[in-house]
Amino acid sequence: MTKGAHYDAIIIGGGHNGLVNAAYLARAGKRVLVLERRHVLGGATVTEEIFPGFKYTVLSYVVSLLRPEIIRELDLPSHGLEILPLESTVTPLPNGDYLGRWADHDQTRRELYRHSPRDADAYDDYGKLMYHLAYAVKPIVGMVPPDPTSLSVKDLRGLLKVGKHFRSLGEEQFHALFKLMTMSSSDFLDEWFETVPLKATMSASGIIGTFLGPRSPGTAYVLLHHYMGELDGAFRAWGFARGGTGAISASIAGAARKFGAEIRTEAGVTQVTVKDGRATGVVLDNGDEISARVVVSGLDPKHTFLNLVEANHLPGDFVDTIRRFKIRGSSGKVNLSLSELPNFTCLPGVGPHLRGAISISPSVDYIERAYDDAKYGDFSRRPYMDIIIPSMIDPTMAPPGKHVMSIFVQYAPSDLTGGWNETKREAFGDAVINTLSQFAPNLPSAILHRQVMTPWDMERDMGLTQGNIFHGELSLHQLFFLRPAPAWCDYSTPLKNYYQCGSGTHPGGGISGWSGRLAALKVLKDW
Amino acid sequence: MMLRGTPFHSRTSALCQSQNWRRWGGCVVAGSYELNHDREYYAIRAAAGLIDVSPLYKYLIRGRGAVAFLDRVVTRNVARCAEGQVLYTPWCDEAGKVMDDGTLARLGEEAFRLTAAEPTLRWLLDNATGFDVTIDDITESTAALALQGPAARDILRNVADADMDTLRYFRSTTATIHGIPVSISRTGYTGDLGYEIWVAAEDAEPLWDALIGGGRDYGITPTGILALDVARIEAGLILLDVDYVPAHRALIESRTSSPFELGLGWTVKLDKGPFIGSSALQREKREGSSWQLRGLDVDWESLERVYGEVGLPPQLPMIAWRTSVPVYDGGRQAGYATSGCWSPILKKYIVLAHLHSQHARPGTALQMEVTVEHQRKRAAASVVETPFFNPERKRA
Repeated sequence: MTKGAHYDAIIIGGGHNGLVNAAYLARAGKRVLVLERRHVLGGATVTEEIFPGFKYTVLSYVVSLLRPEIIRELDLPSHGLEILPLESTVTPLPNGDYLGRWADHDQTRRELYRHSPRDADAYDDYGKLMYHLAYAVKPIVGMVPPDPTSLSVKDLRGLLKVGKHFRSLGEEQFHALFKLMTMSSSDFLDEWFETVPLKATMSASGIIGTFLGPRSPGTAYVLLHHYMGELDGAFRAWGFARGGTGAISASIAGAARKFGAEIRTEAGVTQVTVKDGRATGVVLDNGDEISARVVVSGLDPKHTFLNLVEANHLPGDFVDTIRRFKIRGSSGKVNLSLSELPNFTCLPGVGPHLRGAISISPSVDYIERAYDDAKYGDFSRRPYMDIIIPSMIDPTMAPPGKHVMSIFVQYAPSDLTGGWNETKREAFGDAVINTLSQFAPNLPSAILHRQVMTPWDMERDMGLTQGNIFHGELSLHQLFFLRPAPAWCDYSTPLKNYYQCGSGTHPGGGISGWSGRLAALKVLKDW
Repeated sequence: MMLRGTPFHSRTSALCQSQNWRRWGGCVVAGSYELNHDREYYAIRAAAGLIDVSPLYKYLIRGRGAVAFLDRVVTRNVARCAEGQVLYTPWCDEAGKVMDDGTLARLGEEAFRLTAAEPTLRWLLDNATGFDVTIDDITESTAALALQGPAARDILRNVADADMDTLRYFRSTTATIHGIPVSISRTGYTGDLGYEIWVAAEDAEPLWDALIGGGRDYGITPTGILALDVARIEAGLILLDVDYVPAHRALIESRTSSPFELGLGWTVKLDKGPFIGSSALQREKREGSSWQLRGLDVDWESLERVYGEVGLPPQLPMIAWRTSVPVYDGGRQAGYATSGCWSPILKKYIVLAHLHSQHARPGTALQMEVTVEHQRKRAAASVVETPFFNPERKRA
């Protein structure tokens, strides 16, 4: 065992939040070391050439909520971050028709009108309401959550700020917000629209990454997140990152290195060392010990508290809360190399629909049935899918004339009856291709290579506990001041000098970098 | 009288879904092909945009006296321009004020092609007295396409029979594309890896078809001039009639600008011998210039504040604006901005501005006027060097 150098801060995990955290600490002049277990940085935010010439966005595939202040403060564009537009969403329907929403307002309106003149009007009114709600809620999402049970000045001031924001809402908006927090996305959208595929496709955004269905209460809240991305409008922090999501990680790593951070790959951490009730450093899987003044974990709460730290260093009730923290994986991912573009029956040939998202969500019933399969331990036989064709947006993702397809699939429960194995993984992949080929019959014959990722693979390859892409379910009982545990929502932990910065902390989920940044600000404040 | 289309009009008009046409040099060209120019902009930065630039004025200058004549007319050193080289150059009046700017390609020992934003034939002829040159206006007989973006080289490798890998930045070559004779220069108005392709007007349509066909697998995208306008501001490239008034059209002298005042000091070769405007420029170089053209980076937090006062997030110009906007240094006016846009790739609000020299040092904190809900506000802006966007691939 060798005693290594001493650092101000060690960040465990080179996922996007860990890298953001490192960049901010290094920017503040700290001597920072990032340790990543895999050979490649990014965690779930990664692009890999699994099949020669074809680049897969292995897990996360679009960027929707990457914080503009992070892009600015770290100057990510100068480190290669380029976000390309993903303009449309098309939902193919079993009857050969489709529902499209396009970049152009009038074009979308005309398309909605084709399905329901009433919905065409409602869509604009709905958009305006959500805009106002997002504008009101955004500052709260972006703050360190105050603890409502605490009487500290900091928490009271925080609560006052939250209260002020809610007071600034009009009556109609306040009621809508309360409904969003409590209703199912399906019920909430029923109050607004009548077009079946429109409600289904919109409600699908509320279930991504959760173990809930569109008719489960609490799913409506996520509808709001989409409009938060839209608030930034022209800034456009959403779309497809040129080079895939791995390019986002690379740009953050580039910024961190520019500020002086050291980043090591193939350096897994097995344990956080503790002395006198304080974290003092880490032990690597090769036995090396590295000491640091603070240690920040970008891993999920289970790894952070149950695997890396011996239980006797943490209060028993806290360990218990983390044990109960819900982290069931619910989604899978299929990545394809294609010899030709899919030919959709509803919109034959090559067209702008292939440059946007394609959503397999014909009705709320369809998605809810897919959820039914998962509730009882099976993967969905007819799953919900969110599909993009990255090579249509960034031609360098595949050889000229060839394509890659990224298919997000739900549901694939982590606790599949009888457990996952390779046969079941491929059966899941087959269910995806079979379902999709009903809308694009040429797809099976165009496949050159297929990668299927189930929660089982995500846990094994990426270290995501139970394959949960958000480091823990984004349901109301695990959000805001409850994420990941009551009283430990401010990125500190019961172990002194040990911090958390992963998606399992507020606000969590998606490539936002929010957790990484807020955690860095907390570390620096405590310094 | 109807405005003319360019030689590519049969192709561009079939593709122009937006019916957004803009005037350029007495022609109409597509402002954007799609309803929104967004994707066309990103084609320039992430794939390849195909832009019809035929309305440029083009002159063929030939003869034993061509080098001497051009050295009298433009500010760059033409004698040192190798065959197959291209120079970017302005030209001035006797007062050393810029009349126009364009590219000068040396096609052969005694043959050059000059592009201009304004009709320039009479002025060239007037100054040709005594030189052994012929000057032909090839504006209408020559069509031109710009192919700009990181995939541009791959596409030309695919369709052209010239060696694209050895064609360096600001060099030109002849080639054939599907049997069509063309001249290809490694030039452009986007600050990206790109080429301009010059072709006889009668071959314009088959050339367009060949490029679209050969570029399909590389994401080639017909691109209008709205996207081009954003790209050229990012590249820090000025536009006549927008960022400066051509000296011979200026009604009052204060509207004119010298090359030094437009950030083009590097193009003024005073050691090459006398040329039109050289003595005035010599004097200006000695005594210093009153103005500088600089970039402004408009501060985001400051925009958030002025828009936040009325309950809005910052409203950003997605289409480049081209109006004169006052720029201040506290209580005093420091100058005026002439073009600006939101840069989608840099995620910055960027502006080109004329600044009094004492306010032009990079890093200087200034304020630019912004109209928020009908009220004049000021947003903080810092002086920066141009180009704003300068990728390695531009020259590589």
